[in-house]
Amino acid sequence: MNLFSAIGDFSSFFFRSVFIPWQLSQSRHRIVRQVYEVGIGSLPIIVIIAAFVGLVSIVQTSYQVAGTVPRYILGMTVGRMVLIELGPILTALMVSGRCASSMAAEIGTMRVTEQIDALEIMAVNPYRFLNLPRIMGTLIALPVLTVIAEFDSLIVAGGYAHFFLKVPFDVFNYGLTHFFYAKDFFGGLAKSFFFALVIATAGCYFGFNVRGGAREVGRAATYAVVTASILILTLDFLVALVIFG
Amino acid sequence: MIDVKKLSKRFGSLVVLDDVSFCIDDGALVVVLGPSGTGKSVLLKSMLALLPVDTGEVLFDGKSIQTAGEKEIYEIRKQVGFVFQGTALFDSMNVADNIALPLREHTDLSSRAIWDRVCGLLEVVGMQGKAKLYPQSLSGGMRRLVAVARALALDPKYLFYDEPTTGLDPIMTDKVVGLIKNLKKKYTNSGIVVTHDLATAKAVGDQIYMLKKGKISKLSRIEKELYD
Repeated sequence: MNLFSAIGDFSSFFFRSVFIPWQLSQSRHRIVRQVYEVGIGSLPIIVIIAAFVGLVSIVQTSYQVAGTVPRYILGMTVGRMVLIELGPILTALMVSGRCASSMAAEIGTMRVTEQIDALEIMAVNPYRFLNLPRIMGTLIALPVLTVIAEFDSLIVAGGYAHFFLKVPFDVFNYGLTHFFYAKDFFGGLAKSFFFALVIATAGCYFGFNVRGGAREVGRAATYAVVTASILILTLDFLVALVIFG
Repeated sequence: MIDVKKLSKRFGSLVVLDDVSFCIDDGALVVVLGPSGTGKSVLLKSMLALLPVDTGEVLFDGKSIQTAGEKEIYEIRKQVGFVFQGTALFDSMNVADNIALPLREHTDLSSRAIWDRVCGLLEVVGMQGKAKLYPQSLSGGMRRLVAVARALALDPKYLFYDEPTTGLDPIMTDKVVGLIKNLKKKYTNSGIVVTHDLATAKAVGDQIYMLKKGKISKLSRIEKELYD
């Protein structure tokens, strides 16, 4: 399959999964379950990763600008870096590693054990039954996780600056809030919506197209993560170009 | 009535179905017999448009499933209960939810009514009291019985069984065979059973066909006895 037909196949799979007649009453439980799986399930790892992102950001920024600019610049630089870039992208990559692979493995196993055929035979559209809740669930959970990660990073960065770099909270906070642009925050959030779409679609797509057995299910999980990661970085560039370019 | 007309299917150079034609009359249970790997499961899946066919068509009460649109295909499939060889039970759901799924998807029954229906179906297959168990905690034979209960959920006009007794011990085989016969008597469903087990074929089939090297042929009583 060449690149263009792969893109076409992937896109048509996405549209087939999303633009489909569905009723909230029928899909509500499955969407809520996915929000829980993606959101609550990923929360511990996101909190830990985000804390270290905050620490690394403040240490690196301090190393590069210490003594050359006013100290509140630390708050501004770390804040904008986290809100625009690090928060959305690292959260997405973490969720991709955790959820795209599990979606691909779960749906792939359903494929090889004929559970998807069983849905088809029962006249239940598997795109609506399996893919839509996962895409919707990720679409709801990822932006929330992103905001939590951003807050986490900034609080940890502020704490480190206060206790180890002798930059008081109010000075850090001044830099953070005085140079805060809503566009930075919402731009980052917009990215996370796009990232959610590619994470869930990649997981479902590779799971859905498994042919064979256990080895192919494992491969599907790997492909899902790799593809989602590449698409996240590609979309990051494109969205940055549109919003901040 | 299901009318299979000149169905052909090949995978690369391997011809699996070659001009296969037969008819399942209303109320009749047809058995397709054949050694493993001859394409019996492919035949069942092709009949329900789960697999595309190269040529031919399958008519359900005169309506071709091969030329039908997606909605029409789903309407035809609602009339069919399918028991998979590997049962294909949803392992993330318990027995009750497995059986209730088609009811929740296609009927407006209340939760109470669905529960009553699920319990009734479990009783029919002799699995009462197992509603809350998960498929992985059931034996192969019990899973097969749950799969039959799920296939019956929408009270289908046709029942398709894919190797219903394969891998079962003799006692469970007898139970499944007895169940298939009882269901036929009780619900007068039409159906098709594909199997490689002649004893099962003789026990349940009104007509027996032999599928070999892609070709299908009807077995006469004498041939059955000779085969025996």
